[in-house]
Amino acid sequence: MIINSRFFNRSELIGFLALAVLLFVILPLSVDIFRLNLVAKYLTYAFVGIGLVLCWGYGGILSLGQGVFFGLGGYCMAMYLKLEASSVENTKIQSTPGIPDFMDWNQITSLPFFWKPFHSFPVALMAIILVPAIFSLIIGAAMFKRRVGGVYFAIITQAIAAIMTILIVGQQGYTGGINGITDLRTLHGWDIRTDHAKYVLYFVEVVLLFGCIVAAQFIRLTKLGRILVAMREQEDRVRFSGYSVANFKIFAFCAAAVFAAIGGAMFTLEVGFMSPSFVGIVPSIEMVIYTAVGGRMSIFGAVWGALLVNFAKTSLSESFPQLWLFGLGALFIAVVLAFPNGLSGIWADHIQPRIDRLLASRRPKSTNYVADGAPAE
Amino acid sequence: MFGDYSISDLGAILAMQGFAGLILFSVYVLMALGLAIIFGQMGVINMAHGEFMILGAYVTWMTSSAVQSVAPWLFPGYFFIAMMLAFVASGALGMLVEWALIRHLYKRPLDTLLATWGLSLILQQAYRSIFGAREVGVELPEWMMGSWQATDAIQIPINGMFVMGLTILITIAVFYILFWSSWGKQVRAVVQNRVMAGAVGINTEKVDRYTFALGCGIAGIAGSAFTMIGSTGPTAGQLYIVDTFLVVVFGGAASLFGTIASAFSISQTQSTLEFFLSGSMAKVITLLTIVAILMVRPQGLFALKVRK
Amino acid sequence: MSDVSKPGLQSPLRRKLLMGMAALPAVSMLSRPSFADVPATSAVNTTGLAVTDSEVTVGILHSVTGTMAISETGSVEAEKLAIAQINAAGGVLGRKIKFIQEDGASDWPTFAEKAKKLLVNDKCAAVMGCWTSASRKAVLPVFEQYNGMLYYPTFYEGLEQSKNVIYTGQEATQQIIAGLDWVNKTKGAKSFYLLGSDYIWPRTSNKIARKHIENHLQGCKVVGEEYFPLGSTQFNSVINKIKLTKPDVIYAIIVGGSNVAFYKQLKAAGIDLSKQTLLTISVTEDEIDGIGGENIAGAYACMKYFQSLDNPNNKAFVPAFKKMWGEKTVIGDVTQAAYLGPWLWKLTVEKAQSFDIDKIAAASPGVEFKGAPEGYVRIHENHHLWSKTRVGRAKADGQYELIYETADLVEPNPFPKGYQ
Repeated sequence: MIINSRFFNRSELIGFLALAVLLFVILPLSVDIFRLNLVAKYLTYAFVGIGLVLCWGYGGILSLGQGVFFGLGGYCMAMYLKLEASSVENTKIQSTPGIPDFMDWNQITSLPFFWKPFHSFPVALMAIILVPAIFSLIIGAAMFKRRVGGVYFAIITQAIAAIMTILIVGQQGYTGGINGITDLRTLHGWDIRTDHAKYVLYFVEVVLLFGCIVAAQFIRLTKLGRILVAMREQEDRVRFSGYSVANFKIFAFCAAAVFAAIGGAMFTLEVGFMSPSFVGIVPSIEMVIYTAVGGRMSIFGAVWGALLVNFAKTSLSESFPQLWLFGLGALFIAVVLAFPNGLSGIWADHIQPRIDRLLASRRPKSTNYVADGAPAE
Repeated sequence: MFGDYSISDLGAILAMQGFAGLILFSVYVLMALGLAIIFGQMGVINMAHGEFMILGAYVTWMTSSAVQSVAPWLFPGYFFIAMMLAFVASGALGMLVEWALIRHLYKRPLDTLLATWGLSLILQQAYRSIFGAREVGVELPEWMMGSWQATDAIQIPINGMFVMGLTILITIAVFYILFWSSWGKQVRAVVQNRVMAGAVGINTEKVDRYTFALGCGIAGIAGSAFTMIGSTGPTAGQLYIVDTFLVVVFGGAASLFGTIASAFSISQTQSTLEFFLSGSMAKVITLLTIVAILMVRPQGLFALKVRK
Repeated sequence: MSDVSKPGLQSPLRRKLLMGMAALPAVSMLSRPSFADVPATSAVNTTGLAVTDSEVTVGILHSVTGTMAISETGSVEAEKLAIAQINAAGGVLGRKIKFIQEDGASDWPTFAEKAKKLLVNDKCAAVMGCWTSASRKAVLPVFEQYNGMLYYPTFYEGLEQSKNVIYTGQEATQQIIAGLDWVNKTKGAKSFYLLGSDYIWPRTSNKIARKHIENHLQGCKVVGEEYFPLGSTQFNSVINKIKLTKPDVIYAIIVGGSNVAFYKQLKAAGIDLSKQTLLTISVTEDEIDGIGGENIAGAYACMKYFQSLDNPNNKAFVPAFKKMWGEKTVIGDVTQAAYLGPWLWKLTVEKAQSFDIDKIAAASPGVEFKGAPEGYVRIHENHHLWSKTRVGRAKADGQYELIYETADLVEPNPFPKGYQ
């Protein structure tokens, strides 16, 4: 067993391997494609969670507007897929063939300019990353340069989520309105609705997820990650030491936005549509809560949180539709009150030491485990 | 758009539109006062504020049904009883929540947000289980409905004026309590320096509990008053929460006067825009303006100058 | 209950059914499919649906939590009532209906997820469900991909037609055009102010209304058109605009909680609905419950069903509904349309003599249900219903009084020419 890996410490390595085995081997082999597709849907929130661990757990910046970036990524993907589904022969019953059906219903007779680039797949892929990155850069620069932080930042991002929803719903001729962009069929000519495609998409998503985990871990381990933590604990000292606090915060926020956008794009592919109900305040807070349940200080915790909360949501609502909100609410309160570091905190504080002790009794010398991060402020 | 109308028509509309703005202003103040106390004075982000309001609304509904069946002669005045009961009910729930939940989280303001969000889910489902998923209609006494005919062309809604009057009363009461009563001095002392306040003998735990309860109680009154203009359903509380927070933050969180000023400017902007544009666009432009101003002036309109 | 089903069944079928009913106890005793009148499962179910010799499974998919629970509760109740009545009358092809209920939680991907579960895992023979357009749009690809059958109860914006959906509510033109003609003719209305909540159904409906007003009604015009975010509770500014423009008709398509705020504020602003004509297509008896009858009395609503309808079917339906769900419940247009779903499915299955989705889809056009509380209905080739348009006037007790109904059934036309 590799004990002193540089990149992961031992417990992280175990976490990484356990997650890899679960997602790559156990789940695909044990559940049917319907459940696997659900898992894929849950995992799209894990992308958001990883971003939140970076910017909230490490940077101390709580964004309640991650749904905006999730939505931007999702919409960029959906626009490309919708254009492909709206070929002239598919839409020949419309008064203007070749444009998405909802535009036709809203008397729009030609494709709006900002839709045109989405005919091209590479452009769409770039947009999925660039649009949220630029948007978060603007928000971040405007706020962090003026030292808006903490609660204020949270509430302003929440307002942005509200504005975004009202805009998307109100401009239904250009965005599909409250129904969103639906009936997406093919990606570059490849039918995404078949079971085979769902398998492929699942594995693509898991690979991307591990890519994001590694990227986040990389950010965390570089000097940048340490500065983020330092900033969270004592912002002024970091500033006085000559670092530009604002720039680091902007970076963390942008990284979180990009992760969320990748999740959103995968969501569109897995679920087959995108709608403003993932952009607003409620989904944004829910995404934060997945992260909190999993553990805001742990990248793996965020993935587990997204998986477990959504799994609980689905199974509870299947068996007790009337009661699941009680359970969900109680879960959040319990996590915040009793386990501020979430599941990963429970693991690190209670389970890991026992395992260590167990192992230590067999081995002469135990590796000293350092709990992953201090409790948040 | 005004070409076809006479001067007197326009004058009347202008007057009524002015009142519409003032009514919206009162609504915002009423929503935001409770939160301004909880968030501004205590630093607690209470995402369940809307659910405390809806509790007040349900209390009003129950009072109205009870009065109608038990003591119909009391019906014209039942609303005042209902508001008091709403205050007591929401305040008591607030006290319970503070004791069970909030007091453990004073050092972690962002966590209060998550915990109270959980609380709001629980409350919503509780309302749904107890009162049913459908909205309930609160019946008002005859005198509170309809409008007051100021001139031939100008009509002012009576319930709007009632909300305005109520807002003025409650605002005065809150200012009195916080700035003149000895308890208010204790509250402010705790806000400014908890440790010192404790050292001079103030029971900070008790102050916290009653402050939180007061904020929730005012939310209850607001909810009770809103049965006149809005709907009462399990999820109606969520509609208010963003607007309420924006009003408080825009005003500068720790300043009650700021809250009132921000409610005034937001309501006037919105009601004017609504008159010239469509409802949806007015809302978006108002929110965008607030966010833009907050980016330039993050501390809000009126910020207390305190050392960090 | 048999009152309701009686007129709807062709007589040979009915005889068969009664025999099937008589056979049921025997079937359950022998627990094997031996009766000629209960067709063998292998014959009626060739596609692996959840049909056994004694049971057939259908799904109910509505929101019982979240913001839409307010509206969807009535539909769930109506569907359960219809299923109970059908079972009491002997079931479908001799099989009792068993239902699996799933919660869409007012969340569109959840609807899609649950729809998939109902079709893929539970192999439901039919699904009664959805309410909002957005939830229907989310599940539609699922139903088309896995070849399911959805009975969708809500009046909606049209512009859709699917082999896998039966629309038991009205599409937009059925609800709008006759009402506008009526108000133009009887009230002499010339100017209209269009209001709506900001989403696809009100916008599309107002678009159709505007085209009809401007192109088909002589000398009529639209003097204003406005939309409000869902959940909006402040209408004083638009009420002032209405006062300024003095339209003959306020045409309101406001939904959900906003409704309550709108009518309360309208009344408070001194607009008397007994003098000012207001026509709505979004307020059913369900909504009046929340608004308060006294706040909306005098308004006109254009629907296909009112709880107060005076016909034998409805006189049996309303007490049965109240017996099952409580004296206080009210029945709105959509609730009634939801009640049609299980019945239409049963009749179609019996016409097709099969549960197979393809055969049901093909057999649906022409299926008639004479026992509908709204009166006779028939399924059109486009899978919508032929039904009458009615105008009712709201009373203070929360009921509508029927003012006008079209003489004939109105043809559903989801893709109306000249209205797009």
